[in-house]
Amino acid sequence: MSRQYETVIGLEVHVELATKTKIFCGCSTEFGGAPNTHTCPVCTGMPGSLPVLNRQVVEYALAVGLAANCQINQYCKFDRKNYFYPDNPQNYQISQLYLPICHDGWVEIDTAAGKKKIGIHEIHMEEDAGKLVHDEWEDCSLVDYNRSGVPLIEIVSEPDMRNADEVIAYLEKLRLMIQYLGASDCKLQEGSMRADVNLSVREAGTSQLGTRTEMKNLNSFKAIARAIEGERKRQIELLEEGKKVIQETRRWDDNKESSYAMRSKEDAQDYRYFPDPDLVPVVISDQWIQEIRSRQPEMQPEKMARYQEEFQIPEYDARILTSTVHMAELFEKTTGLCGKPKEVSNWLMVETMRLLKEHEQTPEDLCFSPENLAKLIGLVAGGAINRTVAKTVFERIFKEDVDPEKYVEENGLKMVNDQEALQKTIEEIIAANPQSVEDYKNGKEKAMGYLVGQTMRAMKGKADPGLVNRIVKECLTK
Amino acid sequence: MANIITDETIDYVGILAKLELSREEKEAAKNDMSRMLDYIDKLNQLDTTQVEPMSHVFSMNNVFREDVVTNGDDRDNILKNAPEQKEGAFKVPKTVE
Amino acid sequence: MSILKMTALELGRKIRSGDITVPEATQAVLERIRTQEPAIHAYVTVDEEGALKRAAQVQARIQDRTLVSPLAGVPVAIKDNLCTKGLRTTCGSNILYNFAPTYTAEAVLNLEKAGAVVLGKTNMDEFAMGSTTETSAFGVTRNPRNTDHVPGGSSGGSCAAVAAGECFYALGSDTGGSIRQPSAFCGVTGIKPTYGTVSRYGLIAYGSSLDQVGPVAKNVSDCAAVLEAIASYDKKDSTSIPRKDLDFTSALVDDVKGMKIGIPRDYLGEGLDHEVREGVMRAAGVLKDRGAVVEEFDLSLVEYAIPAYYVIASAEASSNLSRFDGVKYGLRAKEYEGLHQMYKKSRSEGFGPEVKRRIMLGSFVLSSGYYDAYYLKALRTKALIKQAFDKAFRDYDVILGPAAPTTAPKLGESLKDPLKMYLGDIYTVSVNLAGIPAMTVPCGTDSGGLPIGLQLMGDCFQEKKIIRAAYTFEQTDREGI
Repeated sequence: MSRQYETVIGLEVHVELATKTKIFCGCSTEFGGAPNTHTCPVCTGMPGSLPVLNRQVVEYALAVGLAANCQINQYCKFDRKNYFYPDNPQNYQISQLYLPICHDGWVEIDTAAGKKKIGIHEIHMEEDAGKLVHDEWEDCSLVDYNRSGVPLIEIVSEPDMRNADEVIAYLEKLRLMIQYLGASDCKLQEGSMRADVNLSVREAGTSQLGTRTEMKNLNSFKAIARAIEGERKRQIELLEEGKKVIQETRRWDDNKESSYAMRSKEDAQDYRYFPDPDLVPVVISDQWIQEIRSRQPEMQPEKMARYQEEFQIPEYDARILTSTVHMAELFEKTTGLCGKPKEVSNWLMVETMRLLKEHEQTPEDLCFSPENLAKLIGLVAGGAINRTVAKTVFERIFKEDVDPEKYVEENGLKMVNDQEALQKTIEEIIAANPQSVEDYKNGKEKAMGYLVGQTMRAMKGKADPGLVNRIVKECLTK
Repeated sequence: MANIITDETIDYVGILAKLELSREEKEAAKNDMSRMLDYIDKLNQLDTTQVEPMSHVFSMNNVFREDVVTNGDDRDNILKNAPEQKEGAFKVPKTVE
Repeated sequence: MSILKMTALELGRKIRSGDITVPEATQAVLERIRTQEPAIHAYVTVDEEGALKRAAQVQARIQDRTLVSPLAGVPVAIKDNLCTKGLRTTCGSNILYNFAPTYTAEAVLNLEKAGAVVLGKTNMDEFAMGSTTETSAFGVTRNPRNTDHVPGGSSGGSCAAVAAGECFYALGSDTGGSIRQPSAFCGVTGIKPTYGTVSRYGLIAYGSSLDQVGPVAKNVSDCAAVLEAIASYDKKDSTSIPRKDLDFTSALVDDVKGMKIGIPRDYLGEGLDHEVREGVMRAAGVLKDRGAVVEEFDLSLVEYAIPAYYVIASAEASSNLSRFDGVKYGLRAKEYEGLHQMYKKSRSEGFGPEVKRRIMLGSFVLSSGYYDAYYLKALRTKALIKQAFDKAFRDYDVILGPAAPTTAPKLGESLKDPLKMYLGDIYTVSVNLAGIPAMTVPCGTDSGGLPIGLQLMGDCFQEKKIIRAAYTFEQTDREGI
């Protein structure tokens, strides 16, 4: 390859909002459920049915828009996007084209070369489509409208990204921001966050954009990275061969690691947008914006800075603790209960992360309560159990959220602090191990460790290691 | 006729509207549509440069529902009119994937 | 008086007083339907069994005084584009030949709450697109006043049913004149209320920004009473308007002294049949004699209403009717290869020529490159038309004019030339574009004995003014005849 190319990437990110009901009807948005059990005349396109907008959708869209530094269209409208497909019961999707709720914002990402602003072109509200399942037996498709009408926001970025790392940093940024706002759980695998990649290449140094393609069906960060690399190569090869890139929508097949054009002659891609006459405009007052703004929670960058400042948590740890809302909540609640931020951080950073990895889980899956972790920390601090015991107790907390106080009690794990009993055990162990005593006296410090270990084993791990150390030393130097 | 509707236009509109027209229907549609458009072109006599498009007659806005589940499972009813159904879902010819 | 000659309110009174039972009234009208239908064909579906069952239930509730509405027990016919739970609703289209809605339209629910007995569903132009009821997939309806003529449309079935005594009143819908024009042709009374007054929930949409449900009845009093019953604020319809002045029967006052009535000169010019003109001017004279101040004025922009209307209505229709695709309900073609052919064949077999024509036009005017030139231009024109009405209503309480340029044409004459048929909507479509209320009352007949309709228009939310003018005219004219 003789010429140098630059990749230009913009993203269209769809996020399913965390409302209880659909955008235009009172059907539940709950996942699962047998096909078509969360449907009504509105979300199945029955003749004569009419949409009524869910207020919460506007509130979430505003919250995301404000967090992404957007301008708000204080007069916004819904438009119909007309196209035929069975997952779309009315054969038009209610969306926003002419006056989307938010526009011209930005988010900041960290890149290898430092901080970078990614522009947000617009954010609009729209309805999700139903689900099509292919029936292999009959060679037909089955339509389930449970997801039809689930509210989405579509976040359209400017073509400001240049490589897969930036794309992933941008997505991570959006995900964290939206999760913090409580507007969505943003799970790529489950489809509550979906990204379409618009990609073009151009010769380095030129300013005009090349012809772009849109890549769909990207279900993980890994797939996104692979699709970007694949599409970049494909376009460069075309250009190198003197061919042209065709503006089209392509579908990524992550198993084959390749994409194919989705266009057919029956898709004219002419959506005939016009304002939906069944819905009235949304007028967003300054006061409403102010209310949303005042309700915005502390976001990740501020939280991270506060942890470092307020609790003297190192930057690396603070980043991990704030990497999910759930983790941050666990940290803050537990700290609030026990007053030992460093201890809490330690448990979350070390043992929790280890167990998550072992169980192949993510921080969202954590199901133990701050109360029980706080109690555990209290037990250790009060000398009731030692750290070794604490770790085994924590595993139970991690798995089943057991009450550590009860658990320690029921299983007789309390530390033995009875000095006389300990003295007696240690004397027995010293008597049984003359060689070690001899070694110690000849200057082999390690021999003492062996005796301490033997004692701990005899005490079934429940002795206070500090105390054991002291008594063993006393006995040896007697 | 000022507006000439070509075969391509009629075919294109047929794709958009999902209508399949016979040869005769197509000819009639070309004629009807060009006559209608000629008639509609009358609107160009009006100077509307300073006029905002009016979608709604009344300036109603902010009609909302609260985010409360009001609908239960109504699947049997929803499927009642389906031309074809299977396992609680609407059955359609295989969609291209 | 024979039951069938009674108005809805008269029958309601007799039912409440116990002189007539609901089953008796229902039987009588069902019998009338049996004898008249072969000649008229006002109904697509008559629900004899359902009506009789309902009649018995309503009778019981009237007797135990849990139903006291003036319309309790009075049998009604419903236009076949209003959903009725479990009762076939076709929109006059083959594509819904077997469609049984799973819910009932809000306007019909309101009537049921008032104790109405639904007789069945009336014929209409397919998806309300037409002015003659000849585009119905279920055959034409004939004008009861002269069966060689059309009843008008699209609510031709409802108007013919009222005129033929096949119901005591009916519901229709009006997107561009579909209540007022057939009311004029059949010699009955109908109101298109202010947009947003009657819920559109359950009305199968044609042009959503123009559609309104309204009553068709034997006289002004019945119309006012029915409108009072069906009008309501509905949270399920985002365009529904909360109003506190729905007591329309309070406007049944026989007096127009000092009322300012304007007649647009633009409505009296070329194209208006001279007998219709005379009928309308005679009616204006009657109101003038009763003390109204009547004068002619220039409304302006009248000639632009039809093109603007057809762009907006067709565009909305092209989108509204895309849900009829053979997937969820209605007709699915028997043979097809693949999804897109299934769509195309089902829709091509299911829709008639007029519907296809408007879907094609609507898809075209919204398509890439034409949206601004056609659709936005039409919406701007609509704004100008609204302004023209606003200006007129600063000077007049009521605008008076014909409902249609001619009396009912003969069957088979209109569909030959669609554009010519569209021009017949000239006096009605601007009302829908401006969202204002208007009603038609009979004002005599032409030399052939066909009814002439007088149209009265009011400013937004001023139904009471037009009801008052119409009532005064009706009372005076009746005495005069």
